[in-house]
Amino acid sequence: MIVAKRKPFEEIKGLIKGYNKVLNVGCGTCVAVCLAGGEKEVAVLNAELDMARKLEESPIEVGALTVERQCDREYLEPLDAIVNDYEAILSMACGAGIQFVAERFPQTPVFPAVDTTFIGVNQGVGWYEERCRSCSSCVLGMTGGICPVTMCAKGLYNGPCGGTNKGNCEISKDQPCAWYLIYERLEKQGRLDSIMAFTPASKWENQVPRTVIQPGYEKSKADATP
Amino acid sequence: MRLEYPKNIKIIRVPCTGKVDVMHLLRSIQKGADGVYVVGCLEGNCHYNEGNLRARERVNHVRSLLEEVGLEGDRVRMYNLSSGEGPTFAAYAREMTENILALGPNPLKKWVTRP
Ligand code: SF4
Ligand code: SF4
Repeated sequence: MIVAKRKPFEEIKGLIKGYNKVLNVGCGTCVAVCLAGGEKEVAVLNAELDMARKLEESPIEVGALTVERQCDREYLEPLDAIVNDYEAILSMACGAGIQFVAERFPQTPVFPAVDTTFIGVNQGVGWYEERCRSCSSCVLGMTGGICPVTMCAKGLYNGPCGGTNKGNCEISKDQPCAWYLIYERLEKQGRLDSIMAFTPASKWENQVPRTVIQPGYEKSKADATP
Repeated sequence: MRLEYPKNIKIIRVPCTGKVDVMHLLRSIQKGADGVYVVGCLEGNCHYNEGNLRARERVNHVRSLLEEVGLEGDRVRMYNLSSGEGPTFAAYAREMTENILALGPNPLKKWVTRP
């Protein structure tokens, strides 16, 4: 899932300074699961904003609406009917959701209430770890299911580098060397030949915004292109 | 035991302090309560294992939220006792009341409109 952290309260308050009627839109998928921007986090933030602005003698009206997913157009529809009642929107979705809301309502200022942080896994309640940088050319098949782009400090496709030190990465003794882990796993699986295979450099497609069209779904983009 | 504790305290019973949510505590202060405190079983004695430990984490979280907002975090506290300790309950009630008296009334009170 996409993991986010709520922005510091002062920053959020600063973003919507000067607005007196703001709609806070939560997202019911990734950021709800990672406890950053679901229905409950919307309620907590709204209560904080209400109290803080009253203490400053400049009360604010904050509406709340949590949609299933802000990155899906059909779930944004319910916003159409109410958006004009507000001067600005706060979004607690990931950066993709926030931009989709901003794109739908270009006349309304849209502000982020969370910092989108990574694609990760759930290690325990409220505890998440990064696992993938969405590089667009996955090498997990060659690396024993351990991502070198995410876990290696240099993001090497063909490691280890000379800094690998008894299992640790040269950047810190608390940081395991990804390529050491990859070696150990491949050795256990009897697949060490895999580590000798050369992986060409990534095209770094992630330097430009990428688009994915799943096979069999070409029509939707073709229809939308003038 | 007919123990006296301050009369201005309103008791809300919950099955376990683990049931107490961040929003319950935050909303009480938002709606003008001068303070809220959670009284749970002794740590290590929760029938649901971790209810009182979770409650303490939430209380601490609410305390920091209140500080962020510009209110005193000490308006929200957590106490622990065993169910047989009536006198301790009364003592905590007095301690919390004194704490709140020292902090003064909740400045949000003037915004609360009662139906
Ligand atoms: S190689 Fe790593 S960053 Fe690239 S897609 Fe696979 S898991 Fe994600
Ligand atoms: S020591 Fe290992 S994890 Fe660190 S940069 Fe080198 S190959 Fe990557």
